[in-house]
Amino acid sequence: MTVVATSRPAAAARAVVAVVPDPEVPVLTIDDLGVLRDVEVDPGGAVHVTITPTYSGCPAMDVIRDDVRAALQHAGYDRVEITTVLSPAWTTDWMSAAGKAKLLAYGIAPPPGARAGPVTLALSVRCPQCDSLDTREVSRFGSTACKSLWVCSACAEPFDHFKAI
Amino acid sequence: MPVLATYALRLGDDALVLSHRLGEWISAAPAIEEDIALGNIGLDLIGQARALLTYAGEVEGRGRSEDDLAYLRDERDFANVALVEIPNGDFGVTIARQLAFSVYQLGLYERLQGSADATLAGVAGKAVKEVAYHRDHAVQWVLRLGDGTEESHRRMQSGLDTVWPYVDELFDGDEVEQSLAAQGVAVEPAGLRGEWSASVEAVIAEATLDQPTPRWRSRGSRQGIHTESLGLLLAEMQHLHRSHPGASW
Repeated sequence: MTVVATSRPAAAARAVVAVVPDPEVPVLTIDDLGVLRDVEVDPGGAVHVTITPTYSGCPAMDVIRDDVRAALQHAGYDRVEITTVLSPAWTTDWMSAAGKAKLLAYGIAPPPGARAGPVTLALSVRCPQCDSLDTREVSRFGSTACKSLWVCSACAEPFDHFKAI
Repeated sequence: MPVLATYALRLGDDALVLSHRLGEWISAAPAIEEDIALGNIGLDLIGQARALLTYAGEVEGRGRSEDDLAYLRDERDFANVALVEIPNGDFGVTIARQLAFSVYQLGLYERLQGSADATLAGVAGKAVKEVAYHRDHAVQWVLRLGDGTEESHRRMQSGLDTVWPYVDELFDGDEVEQSLAAQGVAVEPAGLRGEWSASVEAVIAEATLDQPTPRWRSRGSRQGIHTESLGLLLAEMQHLHRSHPGASW
């Protein structure tokens, strides 16, 4: 492998791509979200970016591809190839801890951590506004494919929850 | 067409046609949350359909894209089951169809994750988690409507009775699935029936509903023999693309 020869250019290109925001939850970058899988630069200088969708039908993927290409071209990379992969499937465990903290500050309850065992417990979701655990699910399906709709019984505010998959 | 392309098309057409039907509910569902829920389920299905139709086109090797396959085929070339093309009816009919289809699709994708074909395994591995949410959505509504008021019970039962003649066809399969299953690529639908029946019958019983006993069953959809409804659906789905070939925005 040519890790030594390519790691420095790859890191530089990755730094450009990593800050591209998610179009639907712009407080997160595609790196925070775990949508960005890999950035490589080949010996000829072309950048190869690998991304993965959160959901099969995520309509943001076309915008993300355009934004990644634009960011790289703006930084002087003329040749960009973007590949979308489905496997291994994205789960909320790909989201970084920093990403979860940003979501909470933005008013979206972040997904719970990795499930420890085979039994999926229906734990309550903490209200991002008032911290109460006295909340209830209104609908499994929210404003985007990755979110469900909740309401807080303590402060009466509705809120989005980034659901675990 | 190679059998692998036919198989991918069958799975993809099921997802594509059902996603179109679910889209018809947007702005017409009983509550705004349901507009959003059915729209989101349709979106998941269209994502699955895009991956499967793209793959069918690649395997076929005649240069047909996902759009060519979705918008430029005629009714007789569609390989979906009749279950997904029948009209939405009332909310009870749609929920009965969601129950039947999502439980079937969940069992299918759970097995297809282990396919020897890396693309099919990847699509299934991605979709299986989405479909688990679709199944939960349908189950919750069947319980709520079946074990609800007299009127909601009557309409949920009527929904099951309307949909059930189309259920058997999900499990038919033919030499396409058989030959691919022998290579570890496809899942034979007949093998999904036992688990499907146990799961669905438990929900129906808990919802205080009766298991329907249809006196006829649909056949032949996978070979392109469809109900009248599919032609009308395709006319709406395809007309923009066919009226303005190559248009984009």
